[in-house]
Amino acid sequence: MDKVIIAQNLSLAYSKDETIINKANFSIDSGSFVFITGASGSGKSTLLKSLYGVLKPIEGSLVVGGVELKGVSNAKLNFLRKHLGIVFQDYKLVKEWTIEKNIMLPLIINGYEKSITQSQVDSLLKHVRLQHQVGKYPLELSGGEQQRVAMARALAHNPILILADEPTGNLDDYSSQLIWNLLEGANEQLKTTVIVVTHHIPETMKVDYKHYHIEFGEVHEVI
Amino acid sequence: MKSFKNHISLVIALVSILFSLQIFTIVDRSINAYKENLAKNYSLVVVSQKTLQPKELTNKITALSSVEQLSPDGIIKKLNTGISKKNIELLKITLPKFYKFKLKRYPTPAELQKIKKELLAYPYITKVETFSNTHDTTYKLLLLFKNVISVLAISILLVTILLIFKELRIWQFKHNERMNIMGLFGAPTWLRSAVLFRLSIVDAFIAFAVSFVIFSYFSSSPWVKEQFANIGISIVIFDRVYDSMIMLGVSMTVSILLASFIVLGHKEEV
Ligand SMILES: Nc1ncnc2c1ncn2[C@@H]1O[C@H](COP(=O)(O)OP(=O)(O)O)[C@@H](O)[C@H]1O
Ligand SMILES: [Mg+2]
Repeated sequence: MDKVIIAQNLSLAYSKDETIINKANFSIDSGSFVFITGASGSGKSTLLKSLYGVLKPIEGSLVVGGVELKGVSNAKLNFLRKHLGIVFQDYKLVKEWTIEKNIMLPLIINGYEKSITQSQVDSLLKHVRLQHQVGKYPLELSGGEQQRVAMARALAHNPILILADEPTGNLDDYSSQLIWNLLEGANEQLKTTVIVVTHHIPETMKVDYKHYHIEFGEVHEVI
Repeated sequence: MKSFKNHISLVIALVSILFSLQIFTIVDRSINAYKENLAKNYSLVVVSQKTLQPKELTNKITALSSVEQLSPDGIIKKLNTGISKKNIELLKITLPKFYKFKLKRYPTPAELQKIKKELLAYPYITKVETFSNTHDTTYKLLLLFKNVISVLAISILLVTILLIFKELRIWQFKHNERMNIMGLFGAPTWLRSAVLFRLSIVDAFIAFAVSFVIFSYFSSSPWVKEQFANIGISIVIFDRVYDSMIMLGVSMTVSILLASFIVLGHKEEV
């Protein structure tokens, strides 16, 4: 099976004094569903940051979608990121844009046609149950609603890999289930690889999944 | 309202740059026009033992614009106390010739000295009166005025540049977040900075339009025209083609430079 991510001896750090992830080895099959758990501050977000190339490996190698991220060029990184769907822990919505425009961003960057873009945004808003908020700006929404906008944006361009950092962190049970259904749907129907950082793995998971746990800078699979 | 606030501070800074630039241009033009006036009213008086050839002189000394002989009648009249007509004719021939020399432009004191020297090099030219005292004072006054205006214009420019740098910080802060997010989804630099460049071009244009309207109004105002007429100079206060092009160019350059600084200074946050 194709590997969408291969990490070998991967070490990550923000400064020389403190390594957050220490010589991790793991690989993720294309089309799989992966959970990453770990205590607060264990390095879950840090690991995701390395997968979308914000934090470069200080040691070892990390290949995502066939692109080696150690010493990657800007052009290659942009190329990779166009095919990723990321839900950030702090959402990272553009405040001065309406929620539709926010959801449109990956479609614009990928050069979709206007008509396709519009219908895609409409259907995504329905999927995350935000049709009634059309025309609003992120700061006019609740935290949970903003999180769902971020989710819709991550799904917009049918990415090959979805990276979601605690995507249900601010949601009630009903909305959380909505998000899990969307992620499972993308994984099942579009064969999208999904990596989710979470504190609780939902009991209702229908698809097979892998589970990695981070502790003391080590990444190990939970079987 | 929101977008108005986005534009106003940069527009104000750009307008003040265009203002100081145009005011400086107007002062420079006024001084040049005034110098021309002075040159027209200014002349040297040259005393020569023989008749001069005006053509020859203006060819040799390029600063000269015209040479005109002064009639000796006035001087003779003063001496005319019982001298016979025959003697007067004789006097006229023996009396040195007086000439009035006009210059092409108002000379600096150094230029004036040079012209004087060149003239005195002719053996038959015995005296050159430059009225240098009056000349020097007028010239120094003019220089002083120009320097004061230059200092003023430069101070305005400095303050504006400081203002713009402060604005740059605010812009950087405001646009960094959006540029960062766009970058995380793989937007190339041109796309990330498109909004910024569009904004800066629009602002540059607004600043130009504001200045254009103000100076068009200013230059056609009867009161302003009267003021210039009072000091006896006529200049183009605002050239709607030439000055406009300079204004638009300066405005665009400053604004686009500002945007480029932000784009080049942008770094992805970890
Ligand atoms: N931008 C940053 N600069 C420096 N240190 C950071 C930064 N982000 C996170 N850290 C540190 O890295 C460690 C792991 O953080 P993070 O990956 O965010 O944990 P979590 O597992 O809760 O997502 C923490 O000790 C945190 O303080
Ligand atoms: Mg985290």
